[in-house]
Amino acid sequence: MWYLCVFYHRLLEYRKAEFESLAGLFEGCSGATHLQWRLPEDHHPDSPFHFVNLPSEETARFIANRMVVIEMDAFVGILVKGIYEIWGEGRSFEELEEAVRIYPDERKTLYLSSGTTFRITVECFGKAISFPEQNERIQKLAFVPFQVPLLQGRVNLRNPDHNFCLIDNDDYGDKNGLPPASQRRIFFGREVGASNRKILQTYQLKSRKYLGPTAMDAEMAFLMANQAQVKPGKLVYDPFVGTGSILIGAAHFGAMTMGADIDIRVVRDGRGPDCNIRSNFKQYGLPMPVSLLRADNNLPPWRADLKEMFDAVICDPPYGVRAGGRKSGGRKLLKGAVDPYTVPDDKRVGHIPSTAPYSLVECVHDLLDLAAKMLVMGGRLVYFYPVMRDEDSPDPTFPEHPCFESVATCEQILSFRYSRVLLTMVKVAPYTEEIESTARLRHLEFKENHLKWLEDGNLHSAVFSPADVTGEKLSSKPKYRGKYV
Amino acid sequence: MRLLTHNMLSSNIKGLTSGFPLGIEVEKTEEKEVEMNADFLRNMFAKVEWKALVEAAKTLGYTELPDNVEPSMLDSDEFLRRFHHALLELHLEEGALVCPETGRKFPVNKGIPNMLLHEDEILLQ
Repeated sequence: MWYLCVFYHRLLEYRKAEFESLAGLFEGCSGATHLQWRLPEDHHPDSPFHFVNLPSEETARFIANRMVVIEMDAFVGILVKGIYEIWGEGRSFEELEEAVRIYPDERKTLYLSSGTTFRITVECFGKAISFPEQNERIQKLAFVPFQVPLLQGRVNLRNPDHNFCLIDNDDYGDKNGLPPASQRRIFFGREVGASNRKILQTYQLKSRKYLGPTAMDAEMAFLMANQAQVKPGKLVYDPFVGTGSILIGAAHFGAMTMGADIDIRVVRDGRGPDCNIRSNFKQYGLPMPVSLLRADNNLPPWRADLKEMFDAVICDPPYGVRAGGRKSGGRKLLKGAVDPYTVPDDKRVGHIPSTAPYSLVECVHDLLDLAAKMLVMGGRLVYFYPVMRDEDSPDPTFPEHPCFESVATCEQILSFRYSRVLLTMVKVAPYTEEIESTARLRHLEFKENHLKWLEDGNLHSAVFSPADVTGEKLSSKPKYRGKYV
Repeated sequence: MRLLTHNMLSSNIKGLTSGFPLGIEVEKTEEKEVEMNADFLRNMFAKVEWKALVEAAKTLGYTELPDNVEPSMLDSDEFLRRFHHALLELHLEEGALVCPETGRKFPVNKGIPNMLLHEDEILLQ
C-alpha cells in the first residue's frame, strides 16, 4: 500500500537508504531492499515528500516509530518526519474534498468512530504558519465526517488516538534552496507514525563527557546503526573505536558492543577515571561494551579459527586528513632506514612499540578482510570513505570484495574539496581459504611497498593544499547541498 | 577484560605454531553483574572454544562450568546462568595474558588488554 513519507530536509542522500534498511530490518531481510518510490506531481526529487509502497501498515509504523520489545525510547528513522496514509490530495481544497470523498469508507470509518479521539495538525513545508491560519485551514476540512452524528470522534490535542495531518505545499519560500513548487499541492492523511528526534538532543556531542577530534555526531551514529540494521542482542564491532561515539549509537538500539583502537591512551585511559569511553556509556545509562582492547587492525589479535562473530562492523576509519592512521612496525624499520632489531629484554616491560603511518588503501583492505572473515552471513559492514570532489574526475569507485555486495552509498559534503561517503555492504559469500591467502599476500605486498602507498594515498595534502589558481566552481550540486544537507 | 574477550584472543607473534589459548596471570579480578540475554548467549555458545573458557574461568576462581557440553544444555536455565556468569560477569582488571609458546606477557590494565606486538615480533617478509 502507498503511504506518503515526509522526510526532514537534510542529509538528502541518506534518507531513502535509511528507510530501506529499516524496512529490511522489519521484514527480516538482510540484503538490499528496494522499495517502490514515487514523487508527488510537480515535485522536485530533493523534496521532502515521497510516496512509498510498503507491504503493511506495521512496516510503516515500525520505520516511523519503531516498536521495540525492551523498554527504551520509541526510536525513529532519524530522517523521517512522518508517514501518512493519504486520504486525498489535490491542487486546491475543492480537489482535495473530491479526493477524500471518493476514498473508500471502510478505510475512513475505522478511525472516526465515537469513543476515539483525534487531532488535526497543519504542516507547511518551508514556512511556519500562524495559529489563526492553521485554524482557517482546518475549518476547510468540514467535509471530512469528523462530526457526523453516528461517528463522533472527540478532539484531544495532547494524546489523541489518531492524528490527522493537513500538509500544504503552497510556497516553500526560497530559504531551503529548492526550486519553488510549480503548483500548490495539498495532502490530507492519517498519521501512521511520526518521528521523535528527542534522542538527538539527549545524545548530542555538546554534552558528552569524553570527546575526541573525530567523534561521530549523534545523528550520524544513529544513521550508521540503522544502516547496519542494529537491533537488541546483535554484536557490533568498531575496530577504530576512539571515544566510542559510534558504539553509543548502536548500544542505544540494544546492541552488544565491542571496540578496539591502536591508541592505548584513548581506549584505556581517556582523560581520567570519569572521562573515558566507559563514562560515556554510563552517562546515558547504556550497558558497557562487552569488550574494549588495544589492538592493531593491521595485525589483529584474533585466534586463527575465529570467524563469523559479529553481526555488524560499523566504523569511521582514519583517512589521514584530520586523524592519521597508525599500524604496527616501526616507521624507520618499514622504510628500511634501520635494520630489524630486537628489543632488549630489560626494556621489554613497558616498551611502547613504534608505529608507522597507515595508508587509506591498506587500511580499507584490512577492514574489508576483517569484516569478510568476522561477519556472519548477511551481516553488514558500514563505514565512511573519503572522496575528493572534482568535476573532472570520473565517478568514484568504491572498494570491492568478493564476499560483499554493496547496498548503499550516501555522500555527505564536508568542504569545497572533499566529501565522505557512507558505504553499506552486506556479506553474501563465505570467507574461503583462497580469499584468506590472497589477503595475506596483499598484506605482505603492502609491507614491501610501504613508501609507495604512503605517497599515493596522501589525502591530507590534497585536502589542505592551497587552492588552485583556476578558481573554477567545483560544485556541480545545487547550493543547498551543503554540509548538513 | 571478560572471558569472552580472552576466548577470542591469541598471541600472533611471528613463527608460532599456536598462540591460543593465552595463559592468565591474575593480579586483580572483579565480578560485575550484567543483564542476561539468552539469544546472545546461544549465539556465543556456538563460537566459544569451550575448554579454554573452562580453564580460564578456573584461573579466575570460578569452577562451576561443566567440562563437557552439548547444545541441548542451552535449554537449562541453570546452565545458561553459569555460562552467562563465566562469559560476561567475571573481569580481569589487572594482570597479564601469557603466550603459551614464548611466555611473552600481554599486559591487562584497567580491564583493557594490550595486544600490540613489538617491532621484533612482526613478520617483515
